[in-house]
Parts: sequence; structure tokens; C-alpha cells
Amino acid sequence: MTSTGFVLRMAAREGRASWRRLLVLTAAVAVGVAALVAINAFSDNLRISVKDQARSLLGADMALVSRRPLPPLAEAVLDTVSRGGAVARVAQFAAMAYVPRTAGTQLVQVTAAEPGYPFYGEIVTAPATAWSRLHDGANVVVEPALLAQLGAKVGDTLSLGESRLTIIGVTTRIPGDVGVRAAFGARVFIPWRLLQATELLGAGARAEYAAYVRLPADADALKLAGRYRNTLRPERVRIRTVEEDRNNLTETLDRLGNYLGLVALMALLLGGLGVASAVSVFIRRKLDSIAVLRCLGASSGQVFSVYLLQAVGMGLLGSLLGVLGGIVIQQLLPLVLRDFLPVAVSSAPSARAIGLGLVVGLWVSSIFALLPLLTVRRVPPLAALRRDVDPSPSRRDPLTLPTLGLLALSIVALTALQVGNWQTALYFSLGIGGAVTVLWLASLGLTRAVRRWNPARWPYVWRQGLANLHRPSNQTTTVVLALGFGAFLLATLYLVQHNLLRQLDLSGGTGRPNLVVLDIQPDQLAPAESLLKADGLRLTGPVPIVPMRISAINGRPVLRTGDDSVEVDSAAGAGGPGGSQRRAAWAVRREYRSTYRDTLVSSEKLTAGKWWAPGAAPPASPYAVSIEVGLASELNVTLGDTITWDVQGLPVITRITSMREVNWARFEPNFFVVFEPGVLERAPQSALLLTRVDDPSARGRIQRRLVERFSNLTAVDISNVQAAVEKLVGQVTLAIRFMALFSLITGAVVLAGAVATSRYQRVREGALLRTLGATRGQILRVVIAEYAALGLIAAIAGLGLAVAAAWALARWVFESPFGVPASVAGLGILVVAGTALIGLLNSRDVVRRAPLEVLRGE
Amino acid sequence: MLRCEGLTQTYLSGGRELTVLKDITFALEDSGFLAIVGPSGSGKTTLLGLLAGLDRPSRGSVFLDGADLGGMTEDQRARLRGDKVGFVFQSFQLIPTLTALENVQVPLELSGRPADERPRELLARVGLAERSHHYPAQLSGGEQQRVALARAFANRPRILFADEPTGNLDSATGGSIVELMLELNRDFGTTIVLVTHDLTLAGRARRIIRLADGVLANDTAA
Repeated sequence: MTSTGFVLRMAAREGRASWRRLLVLTAAVAVGVAALVAINAFSDNLRISVKDQARSLLGADMALVSRRPLPPLAEAVLDTVSRGGAVARVAQFAAMAYVPRTAGTQLVQVTAAEPGYPFYGEIVTAPATAWSRLHDGANVVVEPALLAQLGAKVGDTLSLGESRLTIIGVTTRIPGDVGVRAAFGARVFIPWRLLQATELLGAGARAEYAAYVRLPADADALKLAGRYRNTLRPERVRIRTVEEDRNNLTETLDRLGNYLGLVALMALLLGGLGVASAVSVFIRRKLDSIAVLRCLGASSGQVFSVYLLQAVGMGLLGSLLGVLGGIVIQQLLPLVLRDFLPVAVSSAPSARAIGLGLVVGLWVSSIFALLPLLTVRRVPPLAALRRDVDPSPSRRDPLTLPTLGLLALSIVALTALQVGNWQTALYFSLGIGGAVTVLWLASLGLTRAVRRWNPARWPYVWRQGLANLHRPSNQTTTVVLALGFGAFLLATLYLVQHNLLRQLDLSGGTGRPNLVVLDIQPDQLAPAESLLKADGLRLTGPVPIVPMRISAINGRPVLRTGDDSVEVDSAAGAGGPGGSQRRAAWAVRREYRSTYRDTLVSSEKLTAGKWWAPGAAPPASPYAVSIEVGLASELNVTLGDTITWDVQGLPVITRITSMREVNWARFEPNFFVVFEPGVLERAPQSALLLTRVDDPSARGRIQRRLVERFSNLTAVDISNVQAAVEKLVGQVTLAIRFMALFSLITGAVVLAGAVATSRYQRVREGALLRTLGATRGQILRVVIAEYAALGLIAAIAGLGLAVAAAWALARWVFESPFGVPASVAGLGILVVAGTALIGLLNSRDVVRRAPLEVLRGE
Repeated sequence: MLRCEGLTQTYLSGGRELTVLKDITFALEDSGFLAIVGPSGSGKTTLLGLLAGLDRPSRGSVFLDGADLGGMTEDQRARLRGDKVGFVFQSFQLIPTLTALENVQVPLELSGRPADERPRELLARVGLAERSHHYPAQLSGGEQQRVALARAFANRPRILFADEPTGNLDSATGGSIVELMLELNRDFGTTIVLVTHDLTLAGRARRIIRLADGVLANDTAA
């Protein structure tokens, strides 16, 4: 078709000469596409890796897992399903490891395994034979980090509880192990048969017991799991299968990928803003040519197509560059996320991610170009003839609203494509819409304000700079949107991280304990106390801990059903209508570690009922308990309800007489349930002690002495825990920040583009001003005034939005208190200074070129 | 070839109705050469725009080669312009991103005609064969206007509208441009409508219409 021929030829010729003007468009699209391709390719590879390595993640076809040694019923099931296959038992728990040669102690995570474990996948060790020799004697294989922590080497003796073991090697790869786990203690592997000898798993010790099963070839793990799951649930035994594990893991990792992808998408949408601004400036410069083309007989559709094609062409170039960049960045992502990944992830490019990146990049550049391109359709041919005809049409194109609708729909659709969920996409898009509206209003307010109140008494350079904000074809809105949005994203992340960490600030307050001694048996309490006191330490505690479970609520027994998510009371009682009340399953099934005392502690606040009066009459059944408010709502109980506890086989009936709010973030012994004194004193229990030791080396010495004397004790250095938590939070935020960085880069590209597009105008203005006698310094100050004002309004609006968003997240998602650190202001100053700097760098020409040269070149 | 009846154009200016053209009626035969003259602000360019179908009149009608412009949409008028009309502007209005040759090719390509031979011939005709690959910015004002002339004749228009074609040129260059226009008028039989305030230039036309305050004050053909 001749029309198509003309459009193509014309677009190609125009593009040949003016592609530089659309480079901003290309760059803005490229950054977003790169982020998107990188994260999506990474997610794809991760999914493939999980699929490939799923069996070695579990290490077996199926596993029976419990918090207690497997009960007889579970043993019977195990016998049945493993016929023709094999079983390996494993126990995992935390303990103190001690190396006598170096006198180092360290909290470790012990895995005691039977030979055969893992059935699939391989624990790789150095030397390579270490794993196969583990069961040959009193041997132990440890993570390399532990050797460094203890100053030990292979061949040393490691003391674990009452056992003395020889370190015969270190692990180099543990299938399915997540790096961050190491923050909470290095892993050590011992033979199952030595478990008893360590004497670490006494009554009430926290451990996970599992039986790993290799099924006969023809068995179906899923079917077996389905058959026995409900039977074993009341016994508190879980069944894990490869397939379910893989699905759970894939789901979790998908969610991680989706949300990181969402951050990438934000960069791309911000790039869309750059597209719209670049195209709008581009078209403004083309209005004369467009009018001439119309005079020469080109239809509005043809002209529109000529320029759309150029925008799309540059968008395609940007998408291609973005794909290349994405493939490079993809190599970095495994490094950033390394500690969260249970599998080795390849960094091969993913065809799906590349295709998606190209399509989404092209779509974003087209849809965002469309709105400014509509102007083209209404350029009057008369403009070629008459200088006084404003070539930019004043009337709104009837397609404006449909185009805006298409744009909004595209954002929702792209988001839905990324997160795979329409509802989230809608909320997210509404959030973006809200943020953009606030930023747009801020820029509007700024231009209105400086137009109305440009103070006549201010020095000329400031007035001129501020006046530039509302001159014709200004870039105020674009810059405020781009910068404000980038600042908003980064500041939100920063505030959330700050508030999460602040809440977990354990070292704060010099008097707070920083060493916790756990699992003290009643007969060890007095000697342990005197050992600590001998060092002149002030002790908090002992805090008694009594393990128990719920056996009935308001007289109705619980835990007799296989319902997965909630526990439904048997309808036998005279309860509410229908007789069933929903209670969270985990809250009903879990093991409670409760305490008893006569006072509230500082991390608690009474919210309902009355605390028991000290020295009151001796307690009588039902005994008084105080329950944490969150748990009360999970259990669906309130003041006056009775709970029957199974305390090591003995029923204890209690009545809820008060409710407490607990600040769990304080690393202090906090409890869901507190008993009144005089009830649990004779129950089997352990105790914990807290103390504060300021000197780290003294802390190590005391831990060591305790472990030497009482091998079953666990001494936790809270500063280590804090460091671990900080590392964890730091790594999560690093990953998110890494992706958010792309938004900032896009913001800078858009800003630089906005500045560059007005450069011609500025150079002329500068020349004119200099002809009139302005010095270079004055002109530069005009530029600084203009950009500092832009940066300031973008920073205020962006940070304001961030504070609101972070507050909302703290309030409803993290349910934590909220504060704004002064350092946020630093971020604001950075935005203002950065904006002024980019403005200045782009304005060098304004003062460098001779005024005459510029004016004559007109 | 060209006929207008009761052509009136009014604009709203500051809430007041401003009459720029009032009740213009005349007809122009084939191959004619008409000059529209008058002081600035007399409505010359407005009349030219209406005659060429670049704008719609408030009242009255224009018939171009028998077609009533008033009954056509903007895109239909664009097609008509592409087929039958050529333009020359005071400020040349070449497309800066295209070479001289490409600028001349545009009208032919728009109407889907072969665009190889004729543009080169036309450029040679205006004496710019050697500079066909130069961009407008690399050409002098006179050269740019010659390219514009070549472009105007590219699609063998039935009528050429020229708005102050020499207004931005010195008199010698302007004179050569007018010579060229006359030559082309003669050779191709193209009707020419020329707007100018240069009376010497207008004197070359076979017919002169004088406008004053938007009213047809004098028509040498009358």
C-alpha cells in the first residue's frame, strides 16, 4: 500500500536524522527492561533448579517429622510405607560446641543422622571421604565457618554435651541448605547412634525428629502421604513429600521473584514517564514539519503513524539494549540473593524472560508515547503558513480519554502479568496512581505558587530561576514525577528497614541483659547461679519454663480432627449456635512454654482483666492465667474462659483472668501464657538466667565455663543473635534495594533527558541574558535556583509519600511502632543536591558558548 | 480552476468578533497567474489559507478544480492538496531532517507515485542537481526556496499557492525565484496564486487582487 510505503520511508528518514532526540526514550526503556529481564530470567532459572534438585532438597521420597520422638502410631506407619525401601532417622537441635584445644565455644545446629541419609543428593565434604566415614567412629563433620569461629582445625576434638568427637572434615555443600541459616549457628553432623551419649536431648529439650524414607520404586509418595496424614496429625507428626516441598518452595520463591519483579516493573513504568516526556518534547520540535506534511497532503493518520513508528522503533532499540543489560545483570542476582537460595541457580538466559522483556518494553514505550503523539493528529496545516497560529492544538483530542484508559489498563495488566494476581495488581496500580497524583499535585502547586508569589524582593537570579519553573514548555511536572517517585521508593525501603531494625535493637540500654543461659535443670540452677555470681555478674531470673499443651477449651477437648487450617470444636457442649467455634490450628496444637510469676515485666502491658494480687489466698482450680491478646484472638477465647492444659500428662484446669500485650521484639523472656504462682512449682521444668557482660571476651569465657561444667546448657550471646538478625534483614533489603536502584537510575535518566531537552532554549536564553550583561555566575545561579526548587519539591513530596507508606506498612503489615529517623532528611538533601548537580552539568553549554555565536546561529 | 463566493472569516478576539475577511468573491481561470496584494493585516494570508483549504471559512465557499472544499473533511482536503495543490512558503518550510532530494520526493510518495526521476529533474531544473543530498541547514535561503519550488511542482499540481515566496530573500535572489515560477507556470500550465506585498513582484502577474481591511478593494480583471 502506498500509504504504508510513505509512512515507513518517512519514519526511516526522519529517524535517521532525529534518533538522538529520542535517546532518552531508549535509555529510559532500557533500564527498566534490563531490571525486568534480569529478575524474570533469574526466577525462571530458580524454578528449573528447584524442579531438578527437588529430591535432593528433601533427601528422601518422604519424611515423617515431629517435635517429639516418633510415637508408636508413626512407627507403625513408617514400618508399612518403608517396606521394600529404606529409613534413616535424623534429629536436629541446637547445642553448645566446645573445642578443648582452643577453648572456643559456639552455639551450633546439630544434625544426628543414621547411615543412608540423605538418600538423594549428596553432602559434599572435604576431604571427600569424610561423609562416608562419619559413622565409623566418634566422628563429626562440621561447616567450615565453625572451624574459623572456634579456631579449630580438622583432627581436633569437639565436645558436644557429654560426647567427645573427632572433627574428620568440613562440608562444602549441603543440598537444600539456605545460607542465612548459618547466621543462627553453624551446622554439625554426628552419627545417630551417638545421640544418646551426648545426653543433650533430655525431657523438654527442643529438637526436631524425623524419619526419612526411601520408598520402593512403585510407591506413590503423594498417595501415601494423603492416606496417613490425617491419622498422624493428632499425633503431631507431619508428613513431607518431595512434591509438596517443591510446590511450597516454588511458591515461596515465585513470590520472592514476583515482588522483586514488581520493583523492576516500577522502574519500567517510571521509564514510561521518560518516554512520554521525550516524545512530547520531540513532537513539539516537529510541529512545523508536521504542518508542512499536512499542507503537502499527508493525512493526520499518516503523520501520526510516521511519528509513532519512530517512537516504537526507539522503544524497540531500548528493549533490545535492555535485554542485553538484563542478561548481564542476571549474573549479579545470584550473588545478591545467594544466602536465600536452597539450590544452585544457573545464570543461563531465559527465552521467556527475554521475550517478555521485549514485549513489555515495546508495549510500555508505545502506550506511553501515544498520549503526547495525539497532538500530531490535530496540528493544523495552516500553521505552516501563519506564524501566529499556535501549532499545538488547544482542543482536547477525543481519543485522549480512551488513551488514558488504555494506559491505566496496561499498568494493571502488566502488574498482573508480573505478580500473577489481579487483585494485588489492582491495589498496586491504585497505589502508583495515588503516588503519581500526589506528585503531580505537588508540581502543580509549585508552578502555581511561584507564579503567584514570586517574591519581588528576592534577588533577580532567584526570581528568574523560579520563573523558569512555569515558563512555556517547562519540564516541571516530568521532573517532579520522576525524581519524586524514585525518592519515594528508596525512602520507603529505608524507613521500613530502619523501623524493623530499630525494633530489634537489642544492645540499646546499657542495663539490658546480653547473655541468656537456657535449659538449666532444677538441680543445676544453684551451682549455675553461683558460678555466674562468682564473676560478680548481676543476674535476672531464674525464669522457670514449663512445657505444656492445650487439651481442652471451655471443657471441650481439642485436637481430634484433621482439619488443615482450623480446629473445630466438637459440637457436644452447650456452646454457641451450631456448636462450633473456629480456632487457629497452630495455636491449638503447638507446645507452649509457659512460666509463672507474681509481677508483670517491662515488656508487657495489661489490657484486660486483673493481675493476681501478691500474697493472696493459696490458688485453687481453676487456676488463674494471663494470656497474650494476639493468642487469645487466635484461640478465640476471652476473659473467664477455661483452658485445660496437659502438663507432661497431668491435666491442669485454668481460667483466663487477664490479657496482656507483649512487645515480642524485645529479646527478653516473653510468654504467651503466664500462670499465677503456686501452681506449676512442682511440674517438670527448666529455667533460664539472664545477665549482662559488657566485654565480649569475658562473655566468651563465661559461656565456656558454663558449658564445661554443664554440657547440656545453651548460652546464647544476644549480640550474636542481633548481628544475625541484622544480617538477615540487611540481605533482604539489599535485594530489594538492588532492584529499587533501577528506579533511581531511570529517574536520573528522565531528569537528564528533561534538562537536555530544554537545553537549546536555555542556551538561547543564556546568550540573551549575557548580551544584556549577566555574568556566568549569575546564569549558573539561575540554573541552581530552578533545579534546587525542583529537587526540593520532589524530595518533599517523595519523602512525604514514603513516610505515609512506611507508616501504613508498619501499622498494618509489620504491626510495629513507627518512627522517622533524622537521617531521612539526608536522603532529601541528596535528592536536592543531585538534581541541582545534574541541572548544572547539563547547562555547561549555556555559559560556555559565546553569546554572538548563539544569537547568529538562530 | 478556483472560485470563491462570499468568503468571510471572523475570529473571536478578547470576546469581540473580529472580521478578517469580508464577502470575497472571484473566480480564476486555468493557467492563470494571480497576485493578491495589500498591506500587512489586510487578510492576504488568511485568504490564501482558505483558498488552499488549510482552514475553514466562517461563511462562504471555495471550489477548487470543481470540488467544494466546504463539504470535505480535513483528510479529504489533505488528499486533494496532495493531488492538485503545491505550496511555497515565505520561510521555505523544508523538513529539516530530510535532504533536498527527499524533500522533493515527499509529495510524490504521499500520493504513491514513483519518486525517482522527477525529483532529480526538478532539482536540475532549479539548478540544484549537485546539491540534492544536502540538508536544508546546509543550503542558503535562495537555494532552500528553490528546493521548495521543486517540491511544489513535484506532483504536477493544477494550482500553486505561494505566500510571500521572496519575503525572506534579497531582491536579486527573489527575482530569480519569480522567474523560475513564471517559467514553470508557462511550461506546466500550473495556475499560480501569489500573496505578496512587493508590488514589483505582483506586477509580473497577469491579474492582481488588492485587499484592504479584509475587503476586496480592487481586481484588475474586473
